[in-house]
Amino acid sequence: MDFLRPASWEEALAAKAEHPTAVPIAGGTDVMVEINFDHRRPEYLLDLNRIGELREWEVGADTVRLGASVSYTQIMENLRAELPGLALASHTVASPQIRNRGGVGGNLGTASPAGDAHPALLAADCEVEAESVRGSRLIPIDAFYTGVKRNALAPDELIRAVHIKKADGPQQYSKVGTRNAMVIAVCAFGIALHPRTRTVRTGIGSAAPTPIRAKAAEEFLNAALDEGGFWDSKKIITPSIAKQFAELASGAANPIDDVRGTASYRRHAVGIMARRTLGWTWESYRGTGRTTGSTEGVA
Amino acid sequence: MRVNFTVNGRQQEADDVWEGESLLYVLRERMGLPGSKNACEQGECGSCTVRLDGVPVCSCLVAAGQVEGREVVTVEGLADFAKQREEAHQGGACASGACGTSLQAAQQWKAHGTDSQTGEGTELSPVQQAFIDAGAVQCGFCTPGLLIAADEMLEHNPQPTDADIREALSGNLCRCTGYEKILDAVRLAAARQDRQEEAV
Amino acid sequence: MGSTRTTGVPTKITQGSRTKGGIGESTLRPDGTLKVTGEFAYSSDMWHEDMLWGQTLRSTVAHAEIVSIDTSEALAQAGVFAVLTYDDLPAEMKNYGLEIQDTPVLAHGKVRHHGEPVALVAADHPETARRAAAKIKIEYRELPLITDEASATAPDAVLVHEGRDDEHSRHVPHPNIVHRQPIIRGDAAEAAKKADVIVRGEYTFGMQDQAFLGPESGLAVPAEDGGVDLYVATQWLHSDLEQIAPVLGLPEEKVRMTLSGVGGAFGGREDISMQIHACLLALRTGKPVKIVYNRFESFFGHVHRHPAKLHYEHGATKDGKLTHMKCRIVLDGGAYASASPAVVGNASSLSVGPYVVENVDIEAIALYTNNPPCGAMRGFGAVQACFAYEAQMDKLAAKLGMDPVELRQLNAMEQGTLLPTGQVVDSPAPVAEILRRVKSRPLPPERQWESSEGADVRQLPGGLSNTTHGEGVVRGVGYAVGIKNVGFSEGFDDYSTAKVRMEVINGEPVATVHTAMAEVGQGGVTVHAQIARTELGVTQVTIHPADTQVGSAGSSSASRQTYVTGGAVKNSCELVREKVLEIGRRKFGTYHPAWATAELLLEGGKVVTDGGEVLGDLVDVLEDESVEVEAEWRHRPTEPFDLRTGQGNGHVQYSFAAHRAVVEVDTELGLVKVIELACAQDVGKALNPLSVLGQIQGGTTQGLGVAVMEEIIVDPKTAKVKNPSFTDYLIPTILDTPTIPVDVLELADEHAPYGLRGIGEAPTLSSTPAVLAAIRNATGLELNKTPVRPEHLTGT
Repeated sequence: MDFLRPASWEEALAAKAEHPTAVPIAGGTDVMVEINFDHRRPEYLLDLNRIGELREWEVGADTVRLGASVSYTQIMENLRAELPGLALASHTVASPQIRNRGGVGGNLGTASPAGDAHPALLAADCEVEAESVRGSRLIPIDAFYTGVKRNALAPDELIRAVHIKKADGPQQYSKVGTRNAMVIAVCAFGIALHPRTRTVRTGIGSAAPTPIRAKAAEEFLNAALDEGGFWDSKKIITPSIAKQFAELASGAANPIDDVRGTASYRRHAVGIMARRTLGWTWESYRGTGRTTGSTEGVA
Repeated sequence: MRVNFTVNGRQQEADDVWEGESLLYVLRERMGLPGSKNACEQGECGSCTVRLDGVPVCSCLVAAGQVEGREVVTVEGLADFAKQREEAHQGGACASGACGTSLQAAQQWKAHGTDSQTGEGTELSPVQQAFIDAGAVQCGFCTPGLLIAADEMLEHNPQPTDADIREALSGNLCRCTGYEKILDAVRLAAARQDRQEEAV
Repeated sequence: MGSTRTTGVPTKITQGSRTKGGIGESTLRPDGTLKVTGEFAYSSDMWHEDMLWGQTLRSTVAHAEIVSIDTSEALAQAGVFAVLTYDDLPAEMKNYGLEIQDTPVLAHGKVRHHGEPVALVAADHPETARRAAAKIKIEYRELPLITDEASATAPDAVLVHEGRDDEHSRHVPHPNIVHRQPIIRGDAAEAAKKADVIVRGEYTFGMQDQAFLGPESGLAVPAEDGGVDLYVATQWLHSDLEQIAPVLGLPEEKVRMTLSGVGGAFGGREDISMQIHACLLALRTGKPVKIVYNRFESFFGHVHRHPAKLHYEHGATKDGKLTHMKCRIVLDGGAYASASPAVVGNASSLSVGPYVVENVDIEAIALYTNNPPCGAMRGFGAVQACFAYEAQMDKLAAKLGMDPVELRQLNAMEQGTLLPTGQVVDSPAPVAEILRRVKSRPLPPERQWESSEGADVRQLPGGLSNTTHGEGVVRGVGYAVGIKNVGFSEGFDDYSTAKVRMEVINGEPVATVHTAMAEVGQGGVTVHAQIARTELGVTQVTIHPADTQVGSAGSSSASRQTYVTGGAVKNSCELVREKVLEIGRRKFGTYHPAWATAELLLEGGKVVTDGGEVLGDLVDVLEDESVEVEAEWRHRPTEPFDLRTGQGNGHVQYSFAAHRAVVEVDTELGLVKVIELACAQDVGKALNPLSVLGQIQGGTTQGLGVAVMEEIIVDPKTAKVKNPSFTDYLIPTILDTPTIPVDVLELADEHAPYGLRGIGEAPTLSSTPAVLAAIRNATGLELNKTPVRPEHLTGT
């Protein structure tokens, strides 16, 4: 095994070009587990910790350009207003120690369906800034996940940043785990209201081979909100709309049975989370403020 | 490979490090600092928690090569770290507490001569003393990681609620105590810190 | 803790100490400073110049013949010093085991469970050892799997162990049954006819792991005399020694064991793990060898709690008096016996719980299967039974329309009650009282998660995962009580040894206590120092490291160490005191008549009369003499249970705890938050009240874990473990653990030292069924299996 320590982004791209099998390591929260347990012996480890710019973020007019290594703790502490869904998702990541190290780049690079950030990224809408010595490109999040633990990156590409749409409405995120902290998702659900475009986007985690959107549910809800004039009237969403949305979200899931949960439970739970998070975001949109709080632990 | 970094204020160098080694392994097996514990090696227990440039992390998930040129504080250096923070705080030099160790302090660092059986005579940080006094230590394997995490929480949240304590320590498993005495210990450390502040 | 009450009931036996730091005080741990500074040397912290790293290669299948093993490639790798298989074992004896020597040191001809050790490697770096182990080629021919009672006892079942010749093999109905214990008393069939109501249930208890945090580890150092020095974390040094020396082909005196720091145990270190392997590699290579399991390997490195199926029938009159109980308990012992026979003994003899039932028909068995070996874990046998009989009591109460606590109190045993084994409970049994105490506590306020600012998810089911802001959340309250035997039962010669020395050092009397007791975190070392202070009137007590240079202390298990080794320390201190007083009489007897006539005590460094008159200073009495005594101490003998009827005075002492659980359940998502888990327990005498609370709260939390999350999942089709990691075997975090207010009773047991009662296990029993009862109360579901999973609560 070789340990590559590029001091700059350019050096990192050059190293990745020279050794396309090199495994990037930033927070180490996935890679080191695999090494400690002898699941993986990469020829090269490519350390990204020395590249300071990966830990920086810029808040633009419409998007946040989030460096790949910005820690989940930083997201929670600094980007709660701009990226509320991702901040909530960050709060569910493992433990404080892991949140101090891990970042969105790692979640995307590993592309595990259980990665906590994915549903929030899908719901908010974003593009992944991938770069190689050949050049830079923006990959829409909808085209990023290509299979179980597979993504659209070319072998010589690294993730530099994620361009995430700034929230223009309420966002929520829920994750089921069988413990009240430090738990991998049995399944997860993210939702973002986009009042500017009058659309709702969603994301589902751990309930299909890849992170997915509940597209049929979104389409149904977008149409129902539009037809009922809900965006303008801000009236309470009828239980039948919420129910139908939840059922369609549940139907979008294509989960498996494993030690963390059964497929049927996952389908069921996705539906419950869809209904609840829709309720919370919509209440927030209506301005009742009933589901917001102020302390760290309050959702 | 070779790795150079600062541990508890001292420059350290490790040679012939296998590239897959974790910071935890290097501390325990190469630097004679086994205080950080090896309970799970997968970031699920917090027993290996150290501060890396001031930030609490699981040292089992930091590749040794990643700490090149950086500063690490382990439980073995916690008492000194806390003492210097206290002094800096009194002098107003470093408000954040994340300013690390001064060169002068680093040069002054030494292992203390203590009773090998009981450790009596050792100077302890407030949170270490509180863990002993409150009965928060049983087998003690989780203790080093909990101390680092609790100390860091009290650094920026000196008056935590119980829910705050639980959240801050939710990455540290303990199998012996049922956590009640650990909560007591952190409350005790916070209360003592409070009294000290008032006295100042 | 404001919510913790201690109720002292003065008794004659409970001596107060007038020496500071004696029994009854919450003195602090002597190892506390070392443990908070990282200086305490755990077994995985051992290091030696030139040491090698040992690695174990384990079977990838559960049941198979080993067709061939090829180690040549591994041996050829640079940095590898030795590769060992069964053929390299040096002695005639090649097996070990706690009760039955059925476990091969390395697999011979076949493997019987997933993860069984097959080969060993010693190399200069752990990674070198891992790479070499991966190069060992093993060809398996798979055999049919035995995974449950049906496959174990089928007429054509493959035998997990051929040619059994152990003491239980003669009376078991099938060779795939390790041990069977029936208990028959009264006439259950006849009594059933007179019952007004009958309830039945089929209960399942999952496979729990001890999940101690310090992984199996140790260092073996070859010695010049051809022997070996072993530094290891274990629960019983001498039992290890008896198993290690024969397979090394060494006399016991050439295997010198020293206890290293133990990172928790909970039963999981009663069996041998890496001890023999490290010694074999050290003796082969002539170099020190360290073995440290990682968490994955730890799940294969020790036995687990027996999963169980329990079938129960209870009958009662319409006013709630129990008429009879029938039960059948099937424990899965896995591939090797470990502590299975004792687990069967506890499960059967305590299967009625702390209740008076005159007519019983009980049977408990443990199976040999190809599942992971199961053995000791905190409260064994009694834990599984308690889960079932307490569910039955709630069921019965519901059917009778009675309050579940009142039903329990109505049938609660007391001092003088006969157990189903015919044994009289001859010390306090405050079962009704501890139930009354947990019930009389005010309930925690409803909706504590609600604040003016919204819902604090940290206090709701799902916690930080943000699954509910109150939706679907329903509260439930449940109660349970349990009985656990203390000490080794069924005729075992359960003794301990203590060597105590007293001398003057630097002008001060000092006591040194040397035992082989494994300090696993419970605080035995704290208590030993307290006992020495109380008995010898000294302030300074040195606790000598535990090793095999002193006689056996027995196991740090079965809630027995404070009783038995504490008893041994007390006894040796008393013998030392007598000798010291003899010296005093010899030197000063002529100066004061009280030396000859009064009852004399040692207090505060002085010899005093029971009236408080000071006769002399210990420093003057001892001068430069030192007094040392090493003596064995035993509790009252017990008897085996009759193999046909289960009758016999099998137990020494009992421990009782009760819990009230308050839970909030998200009924839509099936997630549980335990809000409070109140406990009341009789401890006889709290030698160290702070440690007592620590034991009760810790035990309670392990019971909570197996109620809502902890289970090793074994694939029934392959008998392979599916979740050997802390990612998928979950234990409670601080956010899963509620406040645990404790009510401590001190009703002395006149047969025990200071009247104390073993305490470590009882709280683990009643915690689980109390949580289950609370969840049933919240959801209305039957819930016959623990742990409860979200699937069970949502019907998905």
